[in-house]
Amino acid sequence: MSYKFTKDHEWVLLEGDVATIGISDYAQGQLGDVVYVEVPEVGKEISKADELAVVESVKAASEVYSPVSGEIVAVNSELEGEPTMVNEDAMDKGWFAKIKITDASELDDLMDEEAYKAFIEGLE
Amino acid sequence: MLNNKGRPTQPVAVDNGEISIETFTGNMGLRLESPLIFEQGMPGRIGVDMADPRPVKVRLGGLERKGPIGLPDLSEPQVLRHFVRLSRQNYAIDAGFYPLGSCTMKHNPRINEKVARLAGLGDLHPLQPTSTVQGALELIDDLAHWLKTITGMPAVAMSPAAGAHGELCGVMAIRAAHEANGESRTRILVPESAHGTNPATAALCGYKVEAVPARKDGRMDLEAFAEKLGPDVAGVMLTNPNTCGLFETDVKKIADMVHEVGGYFYCDGANLNAILGRVRPGDLGVDAMHINLHKTFSTPHGGGGPGAGPVVLSDALAPFAPIPYVVHNDSGFDLVEQAEGQAQKSFGRMKGFHGQMGMFIRALAYMQSHGADGLRQIAENAVLNANYVRVGLNDKLHSPFDGICMHEALFDDSTLKGTGVTTLDLAKAMIDEGYHPMTMYFPLVVHGAMLIEPTESESRQTLDEFIGAMRHLLDRAAAGDTDYFLGAPHYAPRRRLDETAAARNPVLRYTPPAPTEGEETAFSAAS
Repeated sequence: MSYKFTKDHEWVLLEGDVATIGISDYAQGQLGDVVYVEVPEVGKEISKADELAVVESVKAASEVYSPVSGEIVAVNSELEGEPTMVNEDAMDKGWFAKIKITDASELDDLMDEEAYKAFIEGLE
Repeated sequence: MLNNKGRPTQPVAVDNGEISIETFTGNMGLRLESPLIFEQGMPGRIGVDMADPRPVKVRLGGLERKGPIGLPDLSEPQVLRHFVRLSRQNYAIDAGFYPLGSCTMKHNPRINEKVARLAGLGDLHPLQPTSTVQGALELIDDLAHWLKTITGMPAVAMSPAAGAHGELCGVMAIRAAHEANGESRTRILVPESAHGTNPATAALCGYKVEAVPARKDGRMDLEAFAEKLGPDVAGVMLTNPNTCGLFETDVKKIADMVHEVGGYFYCDGANLNAILGRVRPGDLGVDAMHINLHKTFSTPHGGGGPGAGPVVLSDALAPFAPIPYVVHNDSGFDLVEQAEGQAQKSFGRMKGFHGQMGMFIRALAYMQSHGADGLRQIAENAVLNANYVRVGLNDKLHSPFDGICMHEALFDDSTLKGTGVTTLDLAKAMIDEGYHPMTMYFPLVVHGAMLIEPTESESRQTLDEFIGAMRHLLDRAAAGDTDYFLGAPHYAPRRRLDETAAARNPVLRYTPPAPTEGEETAFSAAS
């Protein structure tokens, strides 16, 4: 069980068949102070690459895309009142949603922590 | 503090960011402070002398207001001073150089204003019988003729009230055309660098929006575009010149490709002033394009006036144009007001009356005072000025895309790396130099983007001074004077605002302070 990353800076943490999704620490740093987070509804079916959430910072509004397909089983509704958690703890308490995945192989294309680190170094 | 009559008088200790202003009044010379208007009220102070109203029978069924409405009591000079003081803190294009662009924020020639105020035009009412407003209808028709000639398009819908309204008009026409063919297409393709309103318009019209990535040279990626095209694509929305200030060199090919699958080509014309009189969108295969009269044709923009976004249409989309529109027949000019007869395919009405008449007058005055040769020169000067800025700064700032730009020069923040100064800090320091900052952090595809649009109306002296100021700031950042930038603006009426707190906990309503013991505030006494 370890973090996997997308090129759009989302992270996925798979436990059993439930994937927790968030944005990376690098992404929150790039966004700047987050002022609003819109999380999806529980029970919604979502496909890979669909819009999962919207993050608004003082700089820009950005979409968070789902790296996996499945049913949304939980959302971090605390973010609506406390968007600052995304800045403070992007990799843990700042999670967005938990998805019961339908196809575990979708995670195969994602980067592991080391590959992601190299990826963001390439962006600098 | 009490004055010699024992009345209280308070020094205004303004904490202007990190420094407190030491004057008693809080004013700094001619830069005058003004408290909130609610804080200036005094019970019983009044600006007009009106007789007490006669008793009236209340017919509001118990819904009438019983308590006070909480407005401050003020005299006329107080109100006047308050708003004059606030207006003096404004920065406007009439006060100085304004490279924000926002798709052309340019000088509004005063002849436009003079013409718009002529009694025969300024005093018209939109409900007058058409026989009494033949001249106004002719003016709309004349303007329509100029717009069609400039763009090389066969038809124009005049009524949309702004750029985004024009987009809505264009995409509604596209949808109506597909529906008339019995087709229900579901997708619209939009490049990543599009104006934010483009995907919003497509979504509002019920389409699924798909983003097409940009190539390394800042133009739309044709291969990715080809992959996404299909029989379910209703159209493509492309801004040209695009938001990176670049001409989409493959625009004709893009038009052909979308036509091949039966889709339509919507071109966002917000940046038309870069190609005015040089390129006709009709020759590029455009099916619909809005024209921002409030940008390209110099009618007041931003807080200064309403927009106007006429949409030129191809032969394929013209039958679906919104009503009303002006026609010319044996008895003179007339308005087609109903979606019947020749307008039976029209998708309907978007706006009360006929569009922004006041803007039509100004735009036509602009066109006629410049003439065809002058309009062409607008594009030439806009592009020349942007490139003058680009070349004047390109050894200090990095352009993400090589080559000549169109009407705006785009830089990224790579040369600020390691200085601790961000694009935002640089922009704040520009305020101290007396400039409105450029567009920042847009387009999103460029890191720390700075988008500078000088417009055609600026002289070489103005541009030289601006370039000089920017070079000075960039040298200062490179020399490690980071604290200066983090503290900027130093000379603005207010220092750096806490934008995060403002967005997270916006205070949208004035609440009077609780009265302290033995002291009556103006507001509490009034209510």
